[in-house]
Amino acid sequence: MYKYSEFDTAFLAERNAQFRAQVERRIDGSLTEDEFKPLRLMNGLYLQLHAYMLRVAIPYGTLRSAQMRQLAMIAEKWDKGYGHFTTRQNIQYNWPKLRDVPDILDALGEVEMHAIQTSGNTIRNVTADHFAGAAADEVDDPRPVAELLRQWSTDHPEFQFLPRKFKFAVIGSEADRAVIRAHDIGVQLVEQDGKRGYRILVGGGLGRTPMIGKVIRDFLPEEDLLPYAEAIVSTYNILGRRDNKYKARIKITVHENGIDTYKELTEARFAELKPQFEGVDQEMLSSIRAQFAAPAFRNAPTDDFDAAYKADPVFRAWADTNLAAHKVEGYAIVSISLKKHGETPGDATAEQMRLIADLGEQYSHDDIRISHEQNVILPHVHKSDLPALHAALKTLGLATANIGLISDIIACPGMDYCALATARSIPVAQEIAQRFDALKMEHDIGPLKIKISGCINACGHHHVGHIGILGLDRAGVENYQITLGGDGTEEATIGQRTGPGFSYEEITDAIERIIRAYLEHRTDAQETFLEAYRRLGADPFKAALYPDKAEGKANAA
Amino acid sequence: MPRPFTPKVVTANALLEGDVVYFTTDNTWTRELTQAEVLTDEADADLRLIDASRQQDQIVGAYLADVDPTPEGPKPTHFREEFRRTGPSNYFHGKQAEL
Repeated sequence: MYKYSEFDTAFLAERNAQFRAQVERRIDGSLTEDEFKPLRLMNGLYLQLHAYMLRVAIPYGTLRSAQMRQLAMIAEKWDKGYGHFTTRQNIQYNWPKLRDVPDILDALGEVEMHAIQTSGNTIRNVTADHFAGAAADEVDDPRPVAELLRQWSTDHPEFQFLPRKFKFAVIGSEADRAVIRAHDIGVQLVEQDGKRGYRILVGGGLGRTPMIGKVIRDFLPEEDLLPYAEAIVSTYNILGRRDNKYKARIKITVHENGIDTYKELTEARFAELKPQFEGVDQEMLSSIRAQFAAPAFRNAPTDDFDAAYKADPVFRAWADTNLAAHKVEGYAIVSISLKKHGETPGDATAEQMRLIADLGEQYSHDDIRISHEQNVILPHVHKSDLPALHAALKTLGLATANIGLISDIIACPGMDYCALATARSIPVAQEIAQRFDALKMEHDIGPLKIKISGCINACGHHHVGHIGILGLDRAGVENYQITLGGDGTEEATIGQRTGPGFSYEEITDAIERIIRAYLEHRTDAQETFLEAYRRLGADPFKAALYPDKAEGKANAA
Repeated sequence: MPRPFTPKVVTANALLEGDVVYFTTDNTWTRELTQAEVLTDEADADLRLIDASRQQDQIVGAYLADVDPTPEGPKPTHFREEFRRTGPSNYFHGKQAEL
């Protein structure tokens, strides 16, 4: 894993010292809030509904156990004993005090972490496939590229005041587990005729105007990545709209100008920039790559796993849902669910974080990941260790067997914390998870992704949920719109709205009606919700959601 | 016809803690909505907001929020202000635990 260079360490120390002085000047009255706000936002400090919120970047979702322990320490010492993992592989603390934030940033610096560019109109945390380096289906580990992009984009002088925020995601396989098609720039490592390169997508995004990213280069040679990325962002910096916040993201720039024009302008800028990159970036990339070398995997029997799988139905259920195929025989990728029924999606207590740190160190080569789906991944666990790992996870409520199922819900913080929210999302997620747990239908329903956003900005990715829920404020009352058929994978699709929304009291019943319609109409248990939706269209689900309307229609006909 | 003015309080977040605070008749800030000054006159409300906003060393982001004046003191009329007064619904944190 990447270790900070002297440059990184010195840069971070200097930034933290600057911010400490800025906080002092705000408190002693030398800075007004108008002056201070952009400075705190550059360091990830927001002011939310009830308190400040500090957003800490977890670059490409990768943590060492020492870093996870430090996150736990921070949660305990300066917050309320927990942290919230987000859909962009960040962790948010919901209750820091202004005076403590410089100390928190120093504590993060001790473990090579920071909150820089987790806000503002800059290039944000570079996210990646949470199975990176472990997935059986990848061309290569995408994280070295993500780290290179992180270094290039951090404090990049040209890109500190973009028209709007800007997000990169990087994957190394055809399967898209990082929703690159809903990012400003999506990077996919590919191989063509034995040569490595990148497929580059541009102009994806969710929010008010959801767009699927478009391919701007199907095969970009390896050495052209940074100049090309710089050309894309540079073109956007000039062309992007600064007159209207809602039209300022690159998705609108690409949409309004057309991908052909955007590509033309990018290529022209690329031609200017390319000669300025003399290969230093490639030298840096190869030294970064060396730091991401695969761990020393062991060749050992898996008898313990096989025995536990046979003997213990609880272990078996967990293994069936929470394990994914590893590239190395005898290993598994373990997803630790942060979605225990009734708990807040993405939250982990300090105690849980420390246990995860210990287990990551002991069983996963000191490698821990945070997924955009708000779960934790131990990417490299030998199968013989799984029974012991599972037993340990059970002690702190971390062994929920629900990955990819109806209760594995993405939910943004919503009106419970967020100053931008128009409705709550967390309690909606809690109630849906509890409902289907009580009905014992979860495993029968099978793979299903529910994603909930508490406002139009779509942090909860509702547009790409198989079932998406969007919470709005309708005349002073929470109202929830439902979309169906969204998909955040390589077959990215924006979900379609079903019709009028539902009240806070009605939304869980409405979801249950959709699920019962699916169970009734599916060809068999093998046909997933998404497949059934694609085959049937929205009609049977609408009929279940709005029975009065369907009857009205039948009567009229 | 202009819309009739509805009763309001001046609210903000405390600079150091971020807590939700309300402006009182004696130009101080309280954590309790019931202690807040209720403004029933539009011109007066605008002036009080200016007074409140001057206290940059204590608060952030002052604005006028609708309330319903009751015998027990002002109550929020919108659910957002209800959450600000109470705290989040997923944990017993914030004002509901502290006041």
